[in-house]
Amino acid sequence: MTDKIIILQSSPHFKDKDSVPKIMYAVIISLAPAIFTSLYFFRFKALVLLLSCVAACLTTEALFLFLRRKPLHSLLDGSAIITGLLLAMTLPPSLSPELAVIGAVVAMAIGKQVFGGLGNNIFNPALVGRAFLQTAFPVAMTTWIPSVMTKVDILTYATPLGNLKFENAVAQGTLTSLKDLFFGNTGGCLGETSALALILGGLFLLFRRVIDWRIPLGIFLSLTIFTGIFWLANPEKYTSPLFHILAGGFLIGAFFMATDMVTSPITPLGAWVYALGIGLIVGLIRFFGGFPEGVMYSILFMNTFVPLLNRYTRPRILGGRRKG
Amino acid sequence: MSTRSIGQEFVKGLWDENPVFRQLLGLCPTLAVTGWVINGLAMGLATSFVLIFSSLVVSSIKKFIPSQVRIASYIVIIATFVTIADRCMAAFFPLISKNLGPYIPLIVVNCIILGRQEAFSSRNSVGRSFIDALGMSSGFVLALLILSSIREVLGVGTFLGLQVMGTWFKPWIIMILPPGAFLTLGILLGIALHIERKTKARK
Repeated sequence: MTDKIIILQSSPHFKDKDSVPKIMYAVIISLAPAIFTSLYFFRFKALVLLLSCVAACLTTEALFLFLRRKPLHSLLDGSAIITGLLLAMTLPPSLSPELAVIGAVVAMAIGKQVFGGLGNNIFNPALVGRAFLQTAFPVAMTTWIPSVMTKVDILTYATPLGNLKFENAVAQGTLTSLKDLFFGNTGGCLGETSALALILGGLFLLFRRVIDWRIPLGIFLSLTIFTGIFWLANPEKYTSPLFHILAGGFLIGAFFMATDMVTSPITPLGAWVYALGIGLIVGLIRFFGGFPEGVMYSILFMNTFVPLLNRYTRPRILGGRRKG
Repeated sequence: MSTRSIGQEFVKGLWDENPVFRQLLGLCPTLAVTGWVINGLAMGLATSFVLIFSSLVVSSIKKFIPSQVRIASYIVIIATFVTIADRCMAAFFPLISKNLGPYIPLIVVNCIILGRQEAFSSRNSVGRSFIDALGMSSGFVLALLILSSIREVLGVGTFLGLQVMGTWFKPWIIMILPPGAFLTLGILLGIALHIERKTKARK
């Protein structure tokens, strides 16, 4: 090194042990508690949906990699498996597997590969697949069954949020108990029923620093403040913030969907704006929108702003002009 | 003046200069009325009628139109034929006319028609303008047919109202809704661009 005074090297200059597969497999581990609770509550139906989504995502990814003459080994980086798992977690347990497969193909093909594969997609692929299914098969996507723990023999069931919106549950006193919401003994998508399992997975991701802590915290704060104001103003009509945090897809959205590295802002300020926006839109849709639940649309909506947020919150380069 | 042969003048509208897939013109009706094949076909034919007759008129009186007011003159000519098409459809096909609603009168502002007058009919002979309008119309009808066939078959499982998908098929309702139009058009444009690049690379 005697003759080299200045070492010339192209970026990235700072390397650490993290790699795409390593991060992806950490996400898969963090999803494990939620997967186990979904298997526990919905048994065979959950297993079939999880397997068919993952298989369809891997097949679609492989097909696109082959068509675009890309190395097939990037199939094993885990991103396709995660999209499959996350998509399955957001599906109602009664959905037939062939519809789930259509959603998985759309998620990988239209949500990810048409933009150029991992790292280039604008929207969270799993949510693109779910949004497609929601619009393509609105009836199948909103038919809910109770978990196997429910002793009453009934065929269909309302989700806690559907109950809140369409059955006037606050006035009738039939609101789902917070305990059931916390442990997951209620109707809903595979992975959204148990708050406990999702919090465990989310804490693992935060602890491993796979996800940016600002995003779940920001979404949490803005939904709590928004629903809290309405709750304090009129507790007869609106439910408490705690209910809104535990019910529906809020936790899986805040911990696993909104924090997707590709589709969330890279700057701290951008992450705050993004997260506060998601929480606010969830509250707006739940209180005033046509749907009982709005986590999916709020995340997809804020995804569109990510390139803009990254551009406007770019940190000033050292020595650069203050405005420019 | 165009230097192409008469045959090329017609064929360019089908692919090389296809108004929808290559020029990205007339996208409003393309997206709005292609939920059902019958609507797409009716829209395509009505637009073709207006385009062909406007081109004939514009190319035959092009010498008398002062260039300062040419756009206004084209619009008056186009609007005349749109009114004829609109009234005829309302009289002979009231149901289709009702389905298409405001999109028939809106043919007046279809960029394909005004674009062809400005770019072609105003500087070419009557015969060439007729062939050009015929080619562009065929290209437009072809695009609407492709789009509406995909959307109707996947969205309701029928083609021109005939059941083509088996009972196992669950219709993808999204395809006959506006998002289905954008998705289908986007994918078709991607495929068109891909084919274009492949053929260019081969040359």
